[in-house]
Amino acid sequence: MDLHFKIFRFDPQIDRGPYFKHYTVSAEPEERILDCLNRIKWEQDGTLSYRMSCGHGVCGSDGMKINGTCRLACQALVKDYQCPEVVLEPLPGFKVLKDLVVDTEKFLEGIKLIRPHLLSSANPPEKERRQTPEERKRLDEVIRCILCACCTAACPVSWINSQYAGPAALVWAFRYIFDSRDEDHLERLKQIDHPAGAWGCVNHFECTRVCPKEIPVTKSINQLKREIEKKLR
Amino acid sequence: MIFQHDIVIVGSGLAGLRAAMEIASSADVALISKVYPTRSHSGAAQGGIAAALGNEEPDSWEWHMHDTVKGGDYLTDQDAAEILAQDGPRAIYELEHMGVPFNRTADGRIAQRAFGGHTSNFGQAAIKRACHAADRSGRVILDTLYWEAVQRGLKVYSEFQMIDLILKEGKVAGLVVYELATGELHVFHSRIVLLATGGFGKVYKTTSNCFANTGDGVYLAFRAGIPLEDMEFVQFHPTGVYGLGILISEAARGEGGILRNGRGDRFMEKYAPTIKDLAPRDMVSRAIDTEIREGRGVNGRDFVHLDLTHLGKERLAEKLSDISSFAKIYLGIDPTREPIPIQPTCHYMMGGIPTNLDGQVLNHLQRPFPGLYAAGECACLSLHGANRLGCNSLLDLVVFGRLAGKKMVQDLKELPWLELPRQPEERMLEKIEELKKRSRGEKANVLRKAMQKVMMEDCSVFRVEERLSKALTEVRRLKEEYKKVIIDDPGLRFNSDLLEAIELESLLGLAEVIIVSALERQESRGAHYREDYPERDDQNWLKHTLIRKTDKGLESSYKPVTITRFQPKARAY
Repeated sequence: MDLHFKIFRFDPQIDRGPYFKHYTVSAEPEERILDCLNRIKWEQDGTLSYRMSCGHGVCGSDGMKINGTCRLACQALVKDYQCPEVVLEPLPGFKVLKDLVVDTEKFLEGIKLIRPHLLSSANPPEKERRQTPEERKRLDEVIRCILCACCTAACPVSWINSQYAGPAALVWAFRYIFDSRDEDHLERLKQIDHPAGAWGCVNHFECTRVCPKEIPVTKSINQLKREIEKKLR
Repeated sequence: MIFQHDIVIVGSGLAGLRAAMEIASSADVALISKVYPTRSHSGAAQGGIAAALGNEEPDSWEWHMHDTVKGGDYLTDQDAAEILAQDGPRAIYELEHMGVPFNRTADGRIAQRAFGGHTSNFGQAAIKRACHAADRSGRVILDTLYWEAVQRGLKVYSEFQMIDLILKEGKVAGLVVYELATGELHVFHSRIVLLATGGFGKVYKTTSNCFANTGDGVYLAFRAGIPLEDMEFVQFHPTGVYGLGILISEAARGEGGILRNGRGDRFMEKYAPTIKDLAPRDMVSRAIDTEIREGRGVNGRDFVHLDLTHLGKERLAEKLSDISSFAKIYLGIDPTREPIPIQPTCHYMMGGIPTNLDGQVLNHLQRPFPGLYAAGECACLSLHGANRLGCNSLLDLVVFGRLAGKKMVQDLKELPWLELPRQPEERMLEKIEELKKRSRGEKANVLRKAMQKVMMEDCSVFRVEERLSKALTEVRRLKEEYKKVIIDDPGLRFNSDLLEAIELESLLGLAEVIIVSALERQESRGAHYREDYPERDDQNWLKHTLIRKTDKGLESSYKPVTITRFQPKARAY
């Protein structure tokens, strides 16, 4: 089948402003939107830029807005786009570096601020630390995060409040706050007990809706809020 | 710009990161990566990481070593296998201490599961040796190591791509690096370079590898005159999603999944009566392709089924959730109710840049190349011999990444700064300008597709002289065509059009070496199966292949296998 694409283009070094360019590619229903992008790039217009790597939703490179929804181009299938036109745009709320490539530096810096590493003062045992299957299960959903930034890009709070940590960083906070091996529980909770931390979330649920790894992001943030109430009040 | 660091690591997968962590506190180390580090392909590893912890049942590192050697069809250098197996438990505890969220046993220890070729008591029965975090083991280890390295102050240059090695008087002086965001060429002046650039599955049409796996490091070493070792040994993973090649972890069979042909028969009983579906990957891939060739594919087509329907919803959700979601997303299949159509997919390169146990790259005289080190899939220790066992690659990365790190710190004292040659980036600058100006020729995509097709058809699971020769002619033709390759994008920012054209030179160069190595080896061993020489021939071929680029063309030579504890035996499972 033929699929019509309308793709956001912008090279800030050359173009006066962003514009859309139209392409038509023939694709099979089971193919990925990423396959279409590659076909456009490889066969029609090599000047088109986007990030990609693993091609199956593990590396988190190809987050973009597809017909208004933030998602991974490698997880979107042609058969789900039986529409006159597929519109591809960069992730909203991010600075465009070129075409569909956005600047994720601030986003990743936000993850780093959360201190996404285990904090433990005691010398570890000779073998593994013990953790019950139930304690470990608590992390099952949040360790699926691949830092694709779809959630933060889809979050209406993040659009208007540049101070807000954003859903992805809070998912990483959850990852360590609820890891039974981490010893910095209270400090970590204090760090997000803030209008720009967990309390910035006002339950739009957009993050949950778009997460390509089906992490219950909003629910996790609400669990963080409850933990703050329980431990810090 | 010129950057200076004592040690530059190229590649931010687990080998590069683990090496970096070893160095970070004692030397000035920088890591460059063509993708943001957590996008590296180590993250796509699903099933787990092997070590004889014995948490689920009694285990011993000697059994693990034996399995590694037998799995490698006795081409494995046994000193390397011994280090891997012996150091395995320490490496796993270290990862756990850093915070890797491994699954747990009822009493809170690291959970382990069965995996292909891992056995108890030297081959008696399948054993649970694979430590795992559901089916995203690689990703969580990558995340953990990356943020740990960041915390320790590692300097990372993200989206910086190495395009040339700078050599001076047969020693390494640094790198030429292309910055994706700006299109600038930088010079990295260093005393040591560690190549940790991963594999090059993109040589093949059907592969589980990411787009970034183009073998840049391996090719640049080869171009610099380093021979490449055991390049004929290409692992095809038995269970790639039909048509796409996306990996369905061996953990699916480790958890009890069964392969069935078009008749619904559990065909692995025939090929590996003892451990059946958990035979090593080379055997299972050959079995699948044999079933298909003999007309027993599903509906007579070129795939078979991976049946997980009997495992139950809960187990799939808890232990195999990513692959369940791949089946749903890409095939519209609910694996709790329907089998998954699969076919072998190019997965891992056993061959690569020859190194010693300390990660030093060895030249054609088997001597360390001053300043040059390699670790991970791009290197050939040779730890995996003719076929790597599942879960041994992640362990390889953290065990030998660490050892390479230690050795580099130690060697740094003896490696002085070499003065950079005049304008070391000039050659690549000219090449890029020429590429941008050229208007007549073929696009990279056309050549890449042709290469991937011929490699898939004529140099994959089954090989025979006539077709290998045909493939060699075709790849050499494509190499000629490549001299006139054209690109569309003359721009500077995120010019992936340009970089893909540069990467194609690596892929074509490596494809040629794979075919030449495969043509030379007139026997069948591990992943290299010659229909015209179907038997293993220890008399003549118990040796490592080395292929080197010379002025007169490719030159082949051989070196002996290190055999310590396990004498070669027939390989039955």
